[in-house]
Amino acid sequence: MAFRDDLRRVRAIVWKDLATERRSKAGFNSVAALGITILILFGFALGPDVQTLRDAAAGAIWLSALFAGVLAFNRSYQVELESGALDQLLQYPGPRWVIYVGKLVANAIFVGLILVIVIVVGIVLFQVRIPSAWPSLIGVLVLGAVGLVVLGTFYAAMASRSRAREVLLPLLLFPMLVPVLLAAISASKALLVGDIMQEAGAWIKLLAAYDLIFLVATLWAFEYVIDV
Amino acid sequence: MATPQSELAIEAEGVARRFGARWVLRGVTFALRTGEVVGLLGANGSGKTTLLRIFGTLLKPSAGAARIHGHDVARDTDAVRAELGFLAHAPGLYDDLTARENLRFAAEMSGLPVGTDLDATLDRVGLAHVANERVRGFSAGMQRRLAVARLVLRRPRVLLLDEPYANLDAEGIALMNDVIADAGRAGGAALVVLHELAPAAGVLDRTITIAGGRVAESQPAPAPRIHASRAEQPAHALTAEIR
Repeated sequence: MAFRDDLRRVRAIVWKDLATERRSKAGFNSVAALGITILILFGFALGPDVQTLRDAAAGAIWLSALFAGVLAFNRSYQVELESGALDQLLQYPGPRWVIYVGKLVANAIFVGLILVIVIVVGIVLFQVRIPSAWPSLIGVLVLGAVGLVVLGTFYAAMASRSRAREVLLPLLLFPMLVPVLLAAISASKALLVGDIMQEAGAWIKLLAAYDLIFLVATLWAFEYVIDV
Repeated sequence: MATPQSELAIEAEGVARRFGARWVLRGVTFALRTGEVVGLLGANGSGKTTLLRIFGTLLKPSAGAARIHGHDVARDTDAVRAELGFLAHAPGLYDDLTARENLRFAAEMSGLPVGTDLDATLDRVGLAHVANERVRGFSAGMQRRLAVARLVLRRPRVLLLDEPYANLDAEGIALMNDVIADAGRAGGAALVVLHELAPAAGVLDRTITIAGGRVAESQPAPAPRIHASRAEQPAHALTAEIR
């Protein structure tokens, strides 16, 4: 019964976060615009050579998603801080993981949509050929997005307690995301060129392991970062 | 030694709290019996809100113990939160949700049964006519009323109220006093941070004054407590009577 109540709380937080984002609109539009702008800038920096663009596509797409994601993670707690709603949220009965999982799911949907936009624009801009192993590539995208959202949601909660949260979040998040990004970019690149070296599988396993470890660790640690 | 069945609704035992090197509370000790309504007074920065946040499980005391109905606020947080209704200075509402959606969110987060009558609660605080409007367009007083609606929805036994009369008109003040009186009647208690005694004089049993991080004074409220039926009178009538 208590677990059912907790799931109801998770659902309430997900609905609240998505409804707030959908109605304010400014958040989603600005985050998507940032992702696309970064991709265009990468395109300018790399020059007109098609092969160079294709080689850099995976890295450019993941980095664009990362920078756009940081904005999204900051926003998800900004809404709570605007009118003292975070204090109220912490006043409700129930375990703290409920808040974390609610925010996590809402951020996953939000960042997932941004990622879809960034990927579509990236495929067009960088003239990427869709590989025959596209289901595996989708698996990599999902695993990479999960790693990004798990750590982003956790560190955004930690940074939300600081006045310098906009600066603090990237400083905390980027070093921790190195393994996730490295695995996601390497696996994506390998799959885009047909996985000639048979290396994608190892990167995917590494990515899945990181996701699992970070998910368990952040679920456990969340109450220590959200409580003062 | 306090037990969870304690007759004391709120207890502070040498509660101290520091922020960095600065001690805001230096050993506050007092208790509220069940049914008691107490006003917490003190100058700006005296630590009233800090004390309320400690009881509300939003801050941990640096030293000492704080209990709600015998439950330690630092260790038994779930039991404490289930008993508490905390009205902070900021309304804690979501601007892009409607009044009803804000209440529905509060009901779901509080674990209230599906189908809890939100409209009756909105009606009680005089916001039924704007139930489907977004909070972004509400005045400060309307937001305060919605925060009061969220408070009464949960029917908490113990109320912690931080300047609850801020932005409320005479009708709102009467409503707030009604909510406080209800908690007292239901065997709960209320600790109310105040800057002015007048709006709450009808419902207070006594006042506690914090100064220098300690309890400087505890005395009966200046006007006799006005119980149930009188608390329902409009606040301007009570204020006139006190004068």
